[in-house]
Order: sequence, then structure tokens, then C-alpha cells
Amino acid sequence: MSAVLRIKGLAKQFRLHLQGGVRIPVFDDLHLDLDAGEALAVTGPSGKGKSSLLKLIYGTYKSGQGQILVRHDDDWIDLAEAEPRQVLDVRRRTIGYVTQFLRVIPRVPALDIVAEPLLERGVPAEEARARAARLLGRLNIPERLWSLSPMTFSGGEQQRVNIARGFAASYPILLLDEPTASLDQENKARVLAMIDEARAQGSAIIGIFHDAADRRAVCTRDFDLDRDAA
Amino acid sequence: MTRPLLAADNITRLYDGRVACERVSFELWPGEVLAVVGESGSGKTTLLKCLSMQVAPTAGRVLYSLRDGRTVALADLSEAERRFLMRTDWGFVHQDPREGLRMGVSAGANVGERLMAVGERHYGRIRGTALDWLARVEIAEDRIDDSPRHYSGGMRQRLQIARNLVTAPRLVFMDEPTGGLDVSVQARLLDLLRGLVRTLGLSVIIVTHDLAVARLLSTRILVMQQGKVIETGLTDQVLEDPQAPYTQLLVSSVLQV
Repeated sequence: MSAVLRIKGLAKQFRLHLQGGVRIPVFDDLHLDLDAGEALAVTGPSGKGKSSLLKLIYGTYKSGQGQILVRHDDDWIDLAEAEPRQVLDVRRRTIGYVTQFLRVIPRVPALDIVAEPLLERGVPAEEARARAARLLGRLNIPERLWSLSPMTFSGGEQQRVNIARGFAASYPILLLDEPTASLDQENKARVLAMIDEARAQGSAIIGIFHDAADRRAVCTRDFDLDRDAA
Repeated sequence: MTRPLLAADNITRLYDGRVACERVSFELWPGEVLAVVGESGSGKTTLLKCLSMQVAPTAGRVLYSLRDGRTVALADLSEAERRFLMRTDWGFVHQDPREGLRMGVSAGANVGERLMAVGERHYGRIRGTALDWLARVEIAEDRIDDSPRHYSGGMRQRLQIARNLVTAPRLVFMDEPTGGLDVSVQARLLDLLRGLVRTLGLSVIIVTHDLAVARLLSTRILVMQQGKVIETGLTDQVLEDPQAPYTQLLVSSVLQV
């Protein structure tokens, strides 16, 4: 299969200026290659930088050294060096990211939150909303909630809205930060099926899964931060 | 479009020899929403005034890409071109709506006036467009003939936005647009602004000291301290992984609720 992501010599440390300039190292020299159709499970103890790795790939964290090469259309873009508007274009079309928690915006209905990534790609509003509705239905969000802001939803409902949003548009690379964490068995099974479908259709997945059974169900290989990123 | 809409090139402004902003350079691309953040006195409002031709920079220049495709230095514009920009191609949303509205005329006239300035003369069409814009900013139809004097602060601010957007500007400057409003009113205004910016594809430069406003509206952030830009980047990156000591202080000072 063809490569979609190549990380070379990635280093990251946080420098906390307000706390005496203390430096917190996260990665020193991380290398990672990912092909289309792979599902990679990032593993390692808490605090080893699993979420940080996803945030570095998405550009939410600024890398210290090294390259994060992403295949974007027919080009390779180094996200460690890219201009903000290039990163935004990569986020629009190439890299999707399901964060651990939904960022709720007052007054914006669940349906519109899910449809937004499609609208940003220029999909007509009616088509985008129809797809959003199918996803919310598949994830068992009752239809009477679709027109409400998820502010008052339960944690599990918010997470499912977040997952629906992440899967609304298809991306060559999909980052998933504990997508099954607060879901019951039935919803968990549905989310795992969606992940597997995305992979079968050629997306490359990088996921953090707390539950080893979930990880085994969808991932094709592990990337252990202790073992592989030393 | 494959070039910036606006480019600031080493903008410096002194007041009586004191530096208000110093060597500020950046590019704004079409559809981008840039938030300029920093505390009072950091020079962000002076920068906004330099960019929008309200104040002449002491040094440096602002380049702007006109609708006909030419890129010009703002200081070289003719008076007619300058007026066209101010009345049509640009909007300016002030913190205090009284600065951006004409308080002596009706809400409908406040919106219609900008249309007349670009040559619209047909009364029925002007009123129709004004009504349409009042609806878009969630002002009830039966308030069109009222003076903004009889509006609440939040309604005035929404009216000011309608007045600015009615001419389909490409670039909107905003100076603390939610600054004087109650928190509940702020949320409504922010959501409204966010929706309008997306659907109209506006480019925006917004000055704010409120990081929540920057987070909700902007794609990029520029952090100013003592007149200088000390950090820039994508909004989520600057807020989640701030690099400069001052930015770390700003971000860590936000109260969590």
C-alpha cells in the first residue's frame, strides 16, 4: 500500500516559562511510517505522549525538530514547517481528528456540528445534513436531540456527536483519541465497525484505545511509545 | 485567489516619540480570520487603526489586493478609491456601537444608508434588503423604524454588524466587538458572527483581549506585547501549546468554569 504519513526524527519538549523554565521532554527522535489501509494503535503508559503525538500530527502542538510529512493530494507537505493556511487545508481534506472531548459551541445544533466538515468542503447543505443525520442515527442519538446544542447532552452522547463529526467527511488519515472511552457495548461496537469500514475504504488510522480488546478488534499493528519511540 | 488580501509590511506607529506598535508584519489570506490578542496598551488597537487607514503608520506600509486584481499600497490610493474601500469593500465593527451607527436615524436607515452610498436608489429594494439583514442579525421586523437609541446594547451591536455587512465587504475589521456586552448576549453575538463569517467567506481582523472570543472566531492568532508581535500561529496551536512566556501567562490566566 502507499505511504500517507512519514515522521522523521521528531522531537518535542514543553518549556514551562511560568514554572522556572522547566523543560518537559516528550519525544527525542521519533520515526513513524504509515500506509493507506493501516490502523495503528499508539500504546504506552499514561504520560508518555500518546495524545501529544496525535496533536503534533494535527498541528495543535508545535514540533521542536524533525519532519511530519503528510501526503496531501499529490504532494508531500511537511507540517512541521507548513504555513497556517496549508495546515488548515490539510485539516479540511486530508487529516481528520476525533478529540477526546467535544468542543461545544453555544446555540449550534448537533446536526450542524456534524455537518460542518462537509460544508467546509463545499458539499451542499442539504446533502451534508442528510449525511450528518444518517451518522447520528447510526450512533443512536435520538432524532429529537439533533436540533439542540449538545451542551446539555450526557458525556456519552457528546462523544458520539464528536465521532459522527469526525466521520462525516472521509479523510486519508484519521486520528482517534480514545473514541470508545465512555460508550456502552452497543455503541462501542458501532464505532469500531465505522473505524473498520473507514480503514477498509483506504483511510489510514492512528488511534489511542484504552481497552485492549477494542484495540485488537480494529488495529493492524501497534506503535509502542516505550519500545518504538525510544 | 493565490495572493494575500492584505499584507502588513513593518508597520510602526509612534505617538509623541513613544512606540505604540513596532515593525508588525503579517499576511491575511482570503477567508482567514485573524485575532490580534494582548492586554490593554499592547498596541493592538493602534495596529488595527493603521491597517484600516484611520491612522497613518509612522513607518511601513499596508498592501491590499483590490477587487480588480491590482495590489496597491493603501497610502497611494486616490481619494475615490479610498472612499470605495471604506464604504463598500471594508466593514468596521467598533466596540461601542454608537461609534459605528447613526443614532439619530432609524435602524432601517442605518442599514440602507450604506447601500445608498454604493449607488442603490430604489426605496423598495433598499427597505427589502434592510429587512433581510435585520432578520439575519435576529432583529424583529417590527423594530425597523425604531431608532437604535431604543435598542439594547446587544441589539445595537447586531445592527452595527448588519450595517457593515450589507454591502458585501471582503474584509471586516472588528475592535472588541463583544467588549461592552453581558456574557449571555456575547454568546449570541459570537455565534451569529461565526455563522456569518463562514457563510459569507469573510476575511476578518479582530482585536480582542478575550481568548475565548479568539478561540471561537479565529483561524489564526497574533499575540502582541508592548507594541511587538511576540507569537503567531494557528489558533488552537497558540492556545494549547503557547511558546512565549507572555503567551503562556495569558493562556494560563483564563479562568476555567
